[in-house]
Amino acid sequence: MLGTGLLVFREVLEAALIVSIVCAATRGVPARGRWVGSGIGFGVLGAIVVAFFASAIAAAVSGIGQELFNASVLLAAVVMIAWHAIWMASHGKELAMQMKAVGGAVQAGRRPLSALLIVVAIAVLREGSEVVLFLYGQAASGAGAIDIGGGIALGIVGGVAVGFALYFGLLGIPMRYFFTATNWLMLLLAAGLASQAARFLIQADILPALGNRVWDSSPILSDHSLIGQALHTLIGYDARPAGMQLLFYAVTAVAIAFGMKLWGGAAQPVRATLSVPAAQSR
Amino acid sequence: MTTAQNPMTRMLFLIATLFAAGLAQAVEYAAKLAIRDHKFEPAELTVPAGQKIKLLVENRDATPEEFESNELNREKIVVGNGSIIVYLGPLDAGRYPFFGDFHQETAQGVLIAK
Repeated sequence: MLGTGLLVFREVLEAALIVSIVCAATRGVPARGRWVGSGIGFGVLGAIVVAFFASAIAAAVSGIGQELFNASVLLAAVVMIAWHAIWMASHGKELAMQMKAVGGAVQAGRRPLSALLIVVAIAVLREGSEVVLFLYGQAASGAGAIDIGGGIALGIVGGVAVGFALYFGLLGIPMRYFFTATNWLMLLLAAGLASQAARFLIQADILPALGNRVWDSSPILSDHSLIGQALHTLIGYDARPAGMQLLFYAVTAVAIAFGMKLWGGAAQPVRATLSVPAAQSR
Repeated sequence: MTTAQNPMTRMLFLIATLFAAGLAQAVEYAAKLAIRDHKFEPAELTVPAGQKIKLLVENRDATPEEFESNELNREKIVVGNGSIIVYLGPLDAGRYPFFGDFHQETAQGVLIAK
């Protein structure tokens, strides 16, 4: 039961951390619970479907279907996060002003919440399909229902608890920095997912590694430790990254930061001069 | 005899060299592992250092397994009675432990690059 619980915990943890960041980033948005909930629901369904077709996926594209599938969904999540982060950067100010003026979330509904639904669904799908395959194997080799059920319960409770801890920790960030902070967290999350996608493409021999192991920081922080794994999910920490992973990481981070600056920065000064001339000192 | 003077040309040259280096290593060493009763056979696999490796992992159990290695930075699911190919390296000489994520108590092995 403990072994089962531990594996389920590790997978649930990764998904839970991503869901926590999404929840923090959508703080105050009405009906966000429904969006996040739907994302989790679709993710669970997707996980079962993916696990069911695991053989077919693995055999596809002459044996590299699994890597291509993983890299594709990871990069899809990266695009969704980028879209949301850039949207927030360009509308965040306007949003805050409107919420103050009208006292409601008139504009909030226009936020690309569908993008975040997809991010949540992908996170749950990726980790969930591994859990489903693992549990299927446990059941097939004769593990008892109590063992499996207990393991699932332990793992989910543990993983979700850490997710909640992160969420409430993030809520402690002062309000004036809050959305800037969550936006940067989303940027690092996207960069990390892009780096993971690169790793799958290297594993499938589609991309060159550009150096198999640029550094090895595993003696300081192992990938397999709890903190290492949490940081792996949150900011893409990798104890032994390949050069191509670093390239994907940097390009994603710079592209999103540039997008936020370009669209976010361009819109604000105009509005600032229209309303308050002294607003340049912000 | 490169006459590349400006940084842009040098950058392109560097990138081209890196990709060419990647292609030059296209000669792969084929290695094979089996999984039986949630154990790796052989549990110690010796491969040449400095050469790209095409590792075939055959799962002879009916249950799924995940081939995983922190040292090699690889993870891939292999379904019951299925097989996968994982590309590795070129590796520096050394020991690279790997394990089956779904049966870590028994499924432990090490790749030795010489």
